[in-house]
Amino acid sequence: MSETGYDYRVVRGFAFSALFWLVIGLVVGLWIAFEMFNPALNLTPWLSFGRLRVVHTNGLGVGFGLSGIFATAYYMLQRLTRTPLPFPGLARAHLWVFNAAIAAAAVSLMAGMSTTREYAELEWPLDVGVVIMWVMFAINVFAILIRRQEKQMYISLWYLVSMTVTIAVLYIVNNLAIPLNLFKSYSIYAGANDANVEWWYGHNIVGFIFTVPVLAMFYYFLPKATGLPIYSHRLSIVSFWALIFAYLWTGAHHLMLTPLPEWIQTVAIAFSIFLIAPSWGSVVNGYYTLQGNWDQMRTNYLTKFFILGITFYGLQTLQGPLQGLRTLNAFFHYTDWVVGHVHMGTMGWVTMIISASFYYMIPRITGRELFSIKLANIHFWLILVGQFAWTVTMWIGGIQQGAMWKATNPDGSLTYSFLDGLTSLYPYYQMRFVAGIVYFIGILIFAWNIIQTVRQEPSTAAEA
Amino acid sequence: MGIYSKPVVFAVIATLVILVGTVVTVFVPMFMPSTQPVSAYVKPYTAIEQEGRDIYIREGCHNCHTQTVRPLRTEVLRYGEYSKAEEFAWDRPFLWGSRRTGPDLNRVGGKYPDSWHYKHMHSPQSMFALSNMPPYGWLAANRLDTSESFRKTQILGYGYSEDEVQQQIAEYRTKVTSPDYDSKATRDEVTPEKLRGELTEMDAIIAYMQKLGRDVKTMESQQ
Repeated sequence: MSETGYDYRVVRGFAFSALFWLVIGLVVGLWIAFEMFNPALNLTPWLSFGRLRVVHTNGLGVGFGLSGIFATAYYMLQRLTRTPLPFPGLARAHLWVFNAAIAAAAVSLMAGMSTTREYAELEWPLDVGVVIMWVMFAINVFAILIRRQEKQMYISLWYLVSMTVTIAVLYIVNNLAIPLNLFKSYSIYAGANDANVEWWYGHNIVGFIFTVPVLAMFYYFLPKATGLPIYSHRLSIVSFWALIFAYLWTGAHHLMLTPLPEWIQTVAIAFSIFLIAPSWGSVVNGYYTLQGNWDQMRTNYLTKFFILGITFYGLQTLQGPLQGLRTLNAFFHYTDWVVGHVHMGTMGWVTMIISASFYYMIPRITGRELFSIKLANIHFWLILVGQFAWTVTMWIGGIQQGAMWKATNPDGSLTYSFLDGLTSLYPYYQMRFVAGIVYFIGILIFAWNIIQTVRQEPSTAAEA
Repeated sequence: MGIYSKPVVFAVIATLVILVGTVVTVFVPMFMPSTQPVSAYVKPYTAIEQEGRDIYIREGCHNCHTQTVRPLRTEVLRYGEYSKAEEFAWDRPFLWGSRRTGPDLNRVGGKYPDSWHYKHMHSPQSMFALSNMPPYGWLAANRLDTSESFRKTQILGYGYSEDEVQQQIAEYRTKVTSPDYDSKATRDEVTPEKLRGELTEMDAIIAYMQKLGRDVKTMESQQ
């Protein structure tokens, strides 16, 4: 494809898959956001909230998130090893298997085929497909690392390797089930054990999809986009090992005050608090990289995305451990506060970093200049405002709901019925829907900008 | 900096590092009876309740309803006795949930008569005008498929014979189709005429609702 022999077709394929699933996932998100304050959109069984919510989470988390990760991973792997992709045919097959699996996942979830395990709802035949898809990716990862021309593996490669092995362990252990037929299976674990396995998975799938590979992008594309080297290599080493060690202990903070044994919950709280340190290690590393060059926030449109992205990551990794504390968890758990928390990470951190990585990468793999920096700036401000309005609305709604659940009269009886608490949230749900529209417009501009970039005539100015 | 230039060694070390927390907090507890204790009071689901549970799963009810009452004063006031690990020994998968858009259901069994549930499932808004729950009236238009009920109870280790499963199904059909059924009028109202003599998906999900938390209530009344 390029004069260096790098294969960018698969990078481009996954980048467009990411844009496609991003738009689809957000449309579904807006649909269910509307259902939250007006049940009229539950038009058919397959459009009902219970089935559609998982299409939203899988479509964006896996469809958009993973294809963004694969696109950037195939790019970073080749650049950082200075080696062409060992098996480009396998990578293209990976692209097709991935998209077929996501499409089948969306259809099967709308048909009600769900294991109920959060972020692992797919039934067992699709799980088998996912494992095959992952092996196809892993073969290229390890083959390129073994053949590499560059002796040292850069930070981003550590994160990609740890993602590759950890996701395999998580996915297989959590999805072990006994099939009833092609469309239905039963977990091999029961009750509290099942909950413990699922949230060990649920928390770490977030860690190793929404954190680890996104940090790989951050450590690669931030220096590339700014021309500034990462502030501290030593800090990145300490942060990396501490992060991947501590993450796996913390799943049970999702099960605070449930019948899961208390010691597992307490261990999870302790490691959650510890996790602030390695998370902020990367935040500090990002900020200090900009040391003396903060004018880039004004002059370089990409710097804004990276710095705001890592800021939301920093806020996210402070908020998360605090929510895990028993007293705060007793108040916030099961409310919209947590929904706001998740969306700051996904709409803020993950999407900002993937957006900026694409803006840097797509012109370089296609030999064209970015269609419009002005549109990229509009995209930035719309998703920033949309996301912030979205999450703040949900935090306020969550505080209100938590307080109404706990409110008692002087005689000790409950002040509010459950329905009082729910209906008081409808104005927030309407505001959230509007914020979602603003965000969605920003994403449409992003997609348009990338599509127009690729459709332009090749530019001689852009470096390959 | 040796390992940063040896990808395979690096991958092995990274795997060992992530396995430490995994083994201690997930694998070891699997073999500790205290993680998932059992109680003679907590009985497996009947074949019909299990069919109802599978419909609950299919419709993604767990996306809005939790099934764990936490040991907090206002929570116990609102829902009843807090949840115990023993209650979930037969739950595969667990359905504790993570978000309460609707109320917790772990103590809903016996709280309302069947007729309340028929009416509410059919049209939540007819009972609570501002509810955002999707209507599930169409469940009453679906004949309940019991062709795999026995295999389900086998996989889940409930220990019923095939005859026992058939008997449970027949007994429940007799109950809800009998002229003496206390919720007959409401059931007939929401069930299409041709299915009134048979079991529907609606019947099964309501049987499941009525099972939730019942064993604990029995246990408490006997202690």
